[in-house]
Amino acid sequence: MPLARTDNATTLFAEGAVSTLRLIVYLACAIGLMVLDHRGNYLESLRRTGGVLIEPVYRLAALPANLARATRTAVATQDQLASENRALREQLLFAQARLNRLDALVAQNARLKGLLDAQKNLGLTVQFARLINVDLDPFRHRIVLDVGASQGIDVGQPVIDAQGVMGQIVEVLPNSSIAMLITDATHAIPVVIERTGLRTIAYGSGAIDELQLPTIPISADVKVGDRLLTSGLGGRFPAGFPVGEVRQVGQDKSGMFIAAVAQPAAALDRSSEVLLLRDQPQPYGPPAPQDEVGPPSDLAGPAPAAAPGTPTP
Amino acid sequence: MSRLRARTWLFAGSIVCAFLLQLMPLPPLLEPLKPYWIGLVLVYWAIETPERVGLGFAFLLGVSADLLVGELLGEQALRLLVIAFIVLRFRARLRFFPVWQQALAVLALLLNDRIVMLMARGFSGEPMPPSSFWLAPLTGMLAWPFVFLLFDDLRARLRAHE
Repeated sequence: MPLARTDNATTLFAEGAVSTLRLIVYLACAIGLMVLDHRGNYLESLRRTGGVLIEPVYRLAALPANLARATRTAVATQDQLASENRALREQLLFAQARLNRLDALVAQNARLKGLLDAQKNLGLTVQFARLINVDLDPFRHRIVLDVGASQGIDVGQPVIDAQGVMGQIVEVLPNSSIAMLITDATHAIPVVIERTGLRTIAYGSGAIDELQLPTIPISADVKVGDRLLTSGLGGRFPAGFPVGEVRQVGQDKSGMFIAAVAQPAAALDRSSEVLLLRDQPQPYGPPAPQDEVGPPSDLAGPAPAAAPGTPTP
Repeated sequence: MSRLRARTWLFAGSIVCAFLLQLMPLPPLLEPLKPYWIGLVLVYWAIETPERVGLGFAFLLGVSADLLVGELLGEQALRLLVIAFIVLRFRARLRFFPVWQQALAVLALLLNDRIVMLMARGFSGEPMPPSSFWLAPLTGMLAWPFVFLLFDDLRARLRAHE
């Protein structure tokens, strides 16, 4: 049969260029990589090393969105700009008024603290950052910020906007960083209900406008409209920042807890400028050893073998 | 020689474009609808130039995609491997399908891809995604004819230039 092809690569039901053996080898490689990475988180360090290559891609991918925004501003009518300007002016006025009131409170607070000789200072230093407009995965709530290790950003820094807490930094590249939003399905933030002082935990739901509070005791007093603040427990987020507002209260499936749903206070899907809190409210690990108090040891002289509890002269 | 170079440029350019498209943000409402561009481009090149696109290429492409957008190294490598294997196995038949049948095959591929993704994420302990997770394969199917016709046209032009 002179016309018969000897290679079977072109027949309809041939195996072609791929063999199952090679598939199995490559699949094993991929699964091995996943297991290794799951154990050791090599991806983050790899990404940090490859940051020089990866960051330009992020910026390039963000270009069209930036361009679209710039065009929108450019072609906005005078009227729109004027009304936006008016709205912003009003907001500024309100903010200014609140600030003035706050100034008085700060002064009063300082006086009271002076009386109490309080050691702790709530001064926060913040750093301004912009979002890089890329979308890593629609089902994971991550944002990319334009500041990174060379601007002194660290993993764990809280990210806030004008309205409330947005999330925290989870990965730092040389000139950009990746933050996880509080609505990510793997995120949880300790909160306190402003009205009653009840402490609980708000879990991300995977939806950008929803936080879950599934473990409120059944006897607790929670109402729709209650505001949630960070409680400062856990040491990652400082206390007192708005997190959200309770939107719906019901029972959980087991009937043992109240399960509430809250709406995040921050504009998670709209903010394009954010603030990064510089000071960690509490350092990790055990507290530093305290300074010795009392008279210097050379003044004390040879310690008498006094029974504990006897006052030293 | 220059023809070969032009083809290589087209090939590399399409992959860079796929990465950029994958990273590009959409309005929040449309976000779950974003098709898996990298997968679509891989399907096209696996059908048309299997001598260039093998399992090894799919693996490398997946690892670089993971470096760029991923959370777990190897997840997209696994997904793209599965896509490439199925396409290469059925390539001889897929090639001669009319475009709408190809689009249906792509839908099946992408749905399968979502299942693989769900498995990978399930094993690494992530919660179930919302139901809009299953919408992206549909937009992938709708996008396929355009991807196919665009690249076919570009390649035909390259050939005509010779």
